[in-house]
Amino acid sequence: MAVLTTWVTEQGIAIISIDVPGEPVNSLGMVHSEELAAALDALNADATVRAVVLRSGKADSFIAGADINQFVAFRSAADAEAASRSGHAFLERVESFPKPIVVAIHGACLGLGLELSLSCAYRVASDHPKTQLGLPEIQLGILPGAGGCYRLPRQIGARAALDIILAGKSERAAKAFKLGLIDELVPESILIETAVKAADRLARDGKPPRKRMPGLQAALLDRTTLGRRLVYRTARAQVLKKTGGHYPAPLRALDVVRIGLERGKEAGLAAEAREFGELAVTPVSRHLVQIFFATTAMKKDDGVEPGSAAPREINRLGVVGSGFMGAGIAGTAMTTAQVEVRLKDADPSRVGKGIRSALDIVQGQLIRKKITRFECERLAALVSGGTDFTGFGRADLVIEAVFEDLAVKQQVLAEVEAVLAPTALFASNTSTIPIARIAERARRPENVLGMHFFSPVDRMPLLEIIPTARTSPDAIATAVRFGRKLGKTVIVVADRPGFWVNRILAPYLVEAGHLVVEGVPIDVIDRTMVKFGMPVGPIALLDEVGIDVAAKGGVVMREAFGDRLAPAETIAKMVEAKRFGRKAGSGFYLYHDGNQTDPDPQVYRLFGIKPLATVDAGQIERRLVYPLLNEAARAVAEGVVRSPRDGDIGAIFGIGFPPFLGGPLRFVDSLGAAAVVATLEDLARAHGPRFAPCEALVEMARQGRAFYREA
Amino acid sequence: MAPRQAVVVAGVRTPFVRAGSVFKDTSAVALARYATRELLARSGIEGRDVDEVIFGQVVQGVAAPNVAREVSLLPQFPRTIPAYSLNRACASAGQAISAAHDQIVLGHADVVVAGGVESLSDIPILHSRRMSQLLVAASRAKSLSERIGIFAKIRPRDLVPVSPAISEPSTGESMGQSAEKMAKENGISREAQDRIALMSHQRAAAATADGRLTAEIAPWFGGRAMDEVTTSDNGIRADTSLAALAGLRPVFDRRYGTVTAGNASPLTDGAAATLVMVKAKALALGVKPLATIRSYAVAAVDPGWQLLMGPVFAVPKALDRAGITLADVGLVEIHEAFAAQVLSNVEAWASKGWAEKLGRSKPVGEIDWDRTNVSGGSIAIGHPFGATGARIVTTLANEMQRRDVQFGLVSICAQGGMGFAMVLERS
Repeated sequence: MAVLTTWVTEQGIAIISIDVPGEPVNSLGMVHSEELAAALDALNADATVRAVVLRSGKADSFIAGADINQFVAFRSAADAEAASRSGHAFLERVESFPKPIVVAIHGACLGLGLELSLSCAYRVASDHPKTQLGLPEIQLGILPGAGGCYRLPRQIGARAALDIILAGKSERAAKAFKLGLIDELVPESILIETAVKAADRLARDGKPPRKRMPGLQAALLDRTTLGRRLVYRTARAQVLKKTGGHYPAPLRALDVVRIGLERGKEAGLAAEAREFGELAVTPVSRHLVQIFFATTAMKKDDGVEPGSAAPREINRLGVVGSGFMGAGIAGTAMTTAQVEVRLKDADPSRVGKGIRSALDIVQGQLIRKKITRFECERLAALVSGGTDFTGFGRADLVIEAVFEDLAVKQQVLAEVEAVLAPTALFASNTSTIPIARIAERARRPENVLGMHFFSPVDRMPLLEIIPTARTSPDAIATAVRFGRKLGKTVIVVADRPGFWVNRILAPYLVEAGHLVVEGVPIDVIDRTMVKFGMPVGPIALLDEVGIDVAAKGGVVMREAFGDRLAPAETIAKMVEAKRFGRKAGSGFYLYHDGNQTDPDPQVYRLFGIKPLATVDAGQIERRLVYPLLNEAARAVAEGVVRSPRDGDIGAIFGIGFPPFLGGPLRFVDSLGAAAVVATLEDLARAHGPRFAPCEALVEMARQGRAFYREA
Repeated sequence: MAPRQAVVVAGVRTPFVRAGSVFKDTSAVALARYATRELLARSGIEGRDVDEVIFGQVVQGVAAPNVAREVSLLPQFPRTIPAYSLNRACASAGQAISAAHDQIVLGHADVVVAGGVESLSDIPILHSRRMSQLLVAASRAKSLSERIGIFAKIRPRDLVPVSPAISEPSTGESMGQSAEKMAKENGISREAQDRIALMSHQRAAAATADGRLTAEIAPWFGGRAMDEVTTSDNGIRADTSLAALAGLRPVFDRRYGTVTAGNASPLTDGAAATLVMVKAKALALGVKPLATIRSYAVAAVDPGWQLLMGPVFAVPKALDRAGITLADVGLVEIHEAFAAQVLSNVEAWASKGWAEKLGRSKPVGEIDWDRTNVSGGSIAIGHPFGATGARIVTTLANEMQRRDVQFGLVSICAQGGMGFAMVLERS
């Protein structure tokens, strides 16, 4: 079946519709560009054709980008560079096509899709919210390789282009219009008509003069050599701050943009192809592509054997406990899944506060211009609350986020089950209590499971779903789908203490505590791990989570797994001193107006230690990272996660494990199990048996096995 | 085929609060939506089962003149539910409920949300006529200089705002003056009025304390942090006394008057919503009907005469239509705009002279205060013009259920010399 359909209007405007068969969106491969080039050649030869309009045959999607499967096939930098060059050649043909080409953009216009559009004479876009234009390549550890680094800055100026390219972001059509990325912005209903008219006009009058007056700032910064130098310097500093130097692509992209702007097309495109080639085969890019494939696959994974469950629709949500977590779940459900939410708490003023926090999440969307004022009003009307279970009879799912106490949670479950419809689910947001215990006396245990959200709920991307042995596949699939509707990446994990994320985090935090006791300065510990690639250091994380909460979790982990995961004495002492972390205004760090400042010297006094003047950063890193890897391997062997893929994605989205390493299990594979075992044995000899490599790792090392089959 | 019966299955309202207090930053639309949302949650009715939304409102907002449509655009409803707002002055919500009844009995609708709302904290303040004309002219101006020329004509006095009238457009007489006139012409004493007011407060306070009134109220979460919870009406004074009421100065006639802020209903913000359904549907959905709407009637008198005597005519009409007499009625709810009006109405129903004027062989009947306004009335609870009717119908239907009373009567006086009456029968 052909990808392209072409027809010609009476006025001689050829309309090419792009529709890659069998795919939900257009992802262009090499074949498709060849086919498009051939079609253009034919239209060039056809004297009745005066101009061309390019459109998508897909609903709500223009061209989502290049086919990413191609990247995986690159065996060498030379392979990738050649692909970029052939892309350049193709778009050069488009750009120099003798008849005007107008693109009609509705829906996602990303990556190669935007690069193609930039090569055309004229761009018309629909003002639909789904119309997004951008160059997301950076997110895959590469850079726009089909002329995007050259053409975008030429079109919209260095600043705006770097803004898009270096962050890999996409813009709504209205913003794109303001930036000068598109020439016309129209309602979807007249998109094609407008594009055809534009094509007709261009064929008659030639290319319209671009009458965009730059503002003073733009004139100074984008249009002078000196101004641009300032722009590059600022961008460079921002990139380094954001990536910590772990991601090479943005800096390379910045160079390529600079070369293109300062030294012209040939040099710019040559640099782009070269850098694209080199970046495409870096481990960083490989890992980011693997993560992309993993998250894409997880969007189709209901957490059960395919076809084994009939997931139900969740239209109404009940939330018991309107504290920070409960309100966060409510607000997230309102903004994402847009379901009706009923909050219940024992105390009416807590109900009100919970509604307020939920509404704050909705209003945050308005402030960030993600929704209109009318949408905001509409979404705000989704939440209501009270001190009884009014409305819970209509809920399809009830999530409890009450005090972490087994008896309290069992009581809530009993009360909710009394009013709940027989098909409705009950989920606990516990982080420390086994779901099976909570479900012990459930009337319908098949409908009970855990949904472990991370705080703050609206911003943390991961959700752990924890079925018990008695939870039905229907319930699991229902919860997984709903979790995805909440915008979360969902992993289904076993009902073991700590589930997955807190389990692998535990030894890491425990070790951070030991380091503090040994006198390693708090900020040195945190800086070391940020340098490793973590979003925050372990001590700052403890302050964030709340040291009382961590202590409670620590008890559970120690009970379940013994001394290996027993918290260092630091935690107990901190709790005794009521230094609960950020929320208390005092923890390991000092807080000024709620902002973390320096480590609190009183903490050292509390432990009766003097911070060491010199430490071995490599040693600190190993002592923190290897126990995490060890625990991850152990948990995988126990079947805590369904696959290494889920484990890595969980670690990346749950604790911010460095994506460029691909996740802890990928990291073990990169290091080699034997090397990891050897390091752990060294650490165990020096610092105690808590570092002893787990059986699973030792076995992997012996057999030379890896978590993933492909390298 | 049995005739279709319209039943009231539930009613929910916001707290009724003094204008300018708890709801001073809240729009009428928000209040109406709040009551309706809670109505759906409590009754368990799906938004998609609702066929129409009707709301009464007396002082309309400029931003949303059709408040009912804003309600029916709540996310709990499909966007395809038609809605209209109406104004029968203080009987507006009662009118909305009777309109729901009509649509249901005619077979045009099965389920209707009918209610009312008033926010006197959120009223349109208008420019003077001259100022409006200048602004309209300026908006049509073709050039900047022309526009400046028009603005140059604005004089300071043009900037004085105009509030919506609370006086009768036809007579210029304010509502309070009318009540004052009724008190004088009907010989209603200050003490008699104050006794009605005292009873209203004491009964409302008792019904709040024992939860009968608060059960109808959706708690309101106010304040910046939304942690200031209002669960009851804030105008009810449990501690008032005859002496305290007697100490108040008359407002409308300082020398010879008897109408005070104490024996009149206060300016109030609030919304109330009821769910009216065809009986068969209620039974099919497993919702328990509270009361069937047996009849209703409206009447009007010359506004230049005794403005608030409409109920004297409306009540017997409604009773006749229901085929019952006042003696059959186990519970009565009389809207208390003013104690003077309540007593004037009550006296007229009992009077032989009035029976003649009404063309009846005998008087409508004596009002038994043990069965009337048993949970207090508008003087204590407050009177958001558009919403009061729905508040009264809800309270009456619930109380009929509680006391197992067969018939209940609603009487509401309204601006423009109008009266509204409705008869409910226990389902």
